Amino acid sequence: MSTQPIDGGRSGDAASTGGVNRVGSTSLAREWQRFTPGQRIGRWLVWLGMVAACVWAIRSIDIIPEFLADAPEQMADLLVRMWPPNLAHYYPTVHGALVETIHIATLGTLMSLGLALPVALLAARNVCRSRVLNTLAQLILVSSRTVNSLVWALIFVAVFGPGPAAGTFAIAFRSIGFVGKLLAEAMEEAAPGPLEALRATGAPWGSVMLKGLWPQVQPAFWGVALFRWDINLRESAVLGLVGAGGIGVVLDDAINFFHWDRVATILLAILVVVLLAEVVVTRIRTKLL
Amino acid sequence: MTPSGLSIRGLVKEYVPGQPVLRGIDLDIAAEGVTAIIGPSGTGKSTLIRCINRLVEPTGGEISLNGQPLTGLRGTALRLARRRIGMVFQEYNLVERLTVMENLLCGRLGYVPVWRAWLRRYPEADVARAFQLLDQVGLPDHAHRRADALSGGQRQRVGIARALMQAPDLLLADEPTSSLDPKTAVEVLDMLARLTAEANVPVIINIHNVELAKRYARRIVGMAGGAIVFDGPPEALEPHHLRLIYGGEDWM
Repeated sequence: MSTQPIDGGRSGDAASTGGVNRVGSTSLAREWQRFTPGQRIGRWLVWLGMVAACVWAIRSIDIIPEFLADAPEQMADLLVRMWPPNLAHYYPTVHGALVETIHIATLGTLMSLGLALPVALLAARNVCRSRVLNTLAQLILVSSRTVNSLVWALIFVAVFGPGPAAGTFAIAFRSIGFVGKLLAEAMEEAAPGPLEALRATGAPWGSVMLKGLWPQVQPAFWGVALFRWDINLRESAVLGLVGAGGIGVVLDDAINFFHWDRVATILLAILVVVLLAEVVVTRIRTKLL
Repeated sequence: MTPSGLSIRGLVKEYVPGQPVLRGIDLDIAAEGVTAIIGPSGTGKSTLIRCINRLVEPTGGEISLNGQPLTGLRGTALRLARRRIGMVFQEYNLVERLTVMENLLCGRLGYVPVWRAWLRRYPEADVARAFQLLDQVGLPDHAHRRADALSGGQRQRVGIARALMQAPDLLLADEPTSSLDPKTAVEVLDMLARLTAEANVPVIINIHNVELAKRYARRIVGMAGGAIVFDGPPEALEPHHLRLIYGGEDWM
């Protein structure tokens, strides 16, 4: 073929070797369309499905037109009642509850790290070679995440009774899935070479993990821990609504007694703490990486 | 069967059943000197070397070191056997985020209990030995630098020092110079040959570079297609052997 001239396909005597080229160049329709007919029908069906889902959803949530109409008025009314915030209410009630919220978030995060680490080791396919254990660990991680923290809180309030202990456990169990999944992913991304090298020295499994895996996972570990602490600070603020301690309890009381100026104080306090946490976490995380 | 040294009998490895990468290797390697294994990529050199310390599980055959069988070992017995076999890798395989000193001490992990490694309470003799080896590989001032701050040549020096920390009975080197520039490759190989000769450690080295193999090895094993096709001293390696090993001759 290398000796065949490039235009060999067009000469009549080379029909046997160049035939494919010639047929291809004359019969190829020089027309461009972005989608095939099948794709067009498919896209149209997807759009139809989305519109149908929206219509169905709007019909089923029962919006009462009168309530929708005076919603802006109600919001304005609420804001007027909130203003000015009753800052005098902050100390000691709100302050104490806020500190309790931070404690719940911090302790819950620490506990989740301890609980998530072994599960992550089982879930990481390069660490644990048993498919059964991998799947089991993934199941634990997924079930931790599918249960909302408020639901976890309800469960632990039933176990421990109302109070911050229930909140701490709720935060911890809710976080296992998040922390464990990200840790397992970090472990799976670890370079296999150093692990192989340490195995080749005859190091026991624990030492291979400690000196080969941990240094590689460490930045991700602290990054995940801080990120989750930041999330938990926000999550633990609402746990009080189901009696699991923290600032949510105070918020719930204030709303129930229509003390909107106190509600404003509490919301402001939460906002400030969350913003501060965000700044701190972002700063430390950039230094870690 | 030699009581000292490495003995390989009928070694077979199939990653995919029915497609052997190693087709019944028989090889005896004396307990001294450098033995180079040459051959084209994909011919099973790396697999052969990894079967020795069982990073790759052999499909069949027997391997023994100084009379002790290595094949069939499991768990702690395998671990204890691996302690006596040092290994140097093409990509160095250092733990990047640890310091040079800690990477060296990793060579002692087979001897040090996990809790001591965790608390970094390595025996003083090990630390002293590490400093001594750092001097010997020419990195006396690098103990506290992180491994990822080193150049390729420096990393491989640390890799060699880590392997020697094991005080091994045998050192395996899997393409130790293939990631290095020609000058550094010679320096590193020179150092490897010198230090192992001083410590009286036999070396099996996989190497692409035939010239380097001839320069440093006292024995050359040529592999092609998963079998040994040449075995002899460097002087006996003739062009027709190389044709047999690598195929063709345009490259020669």
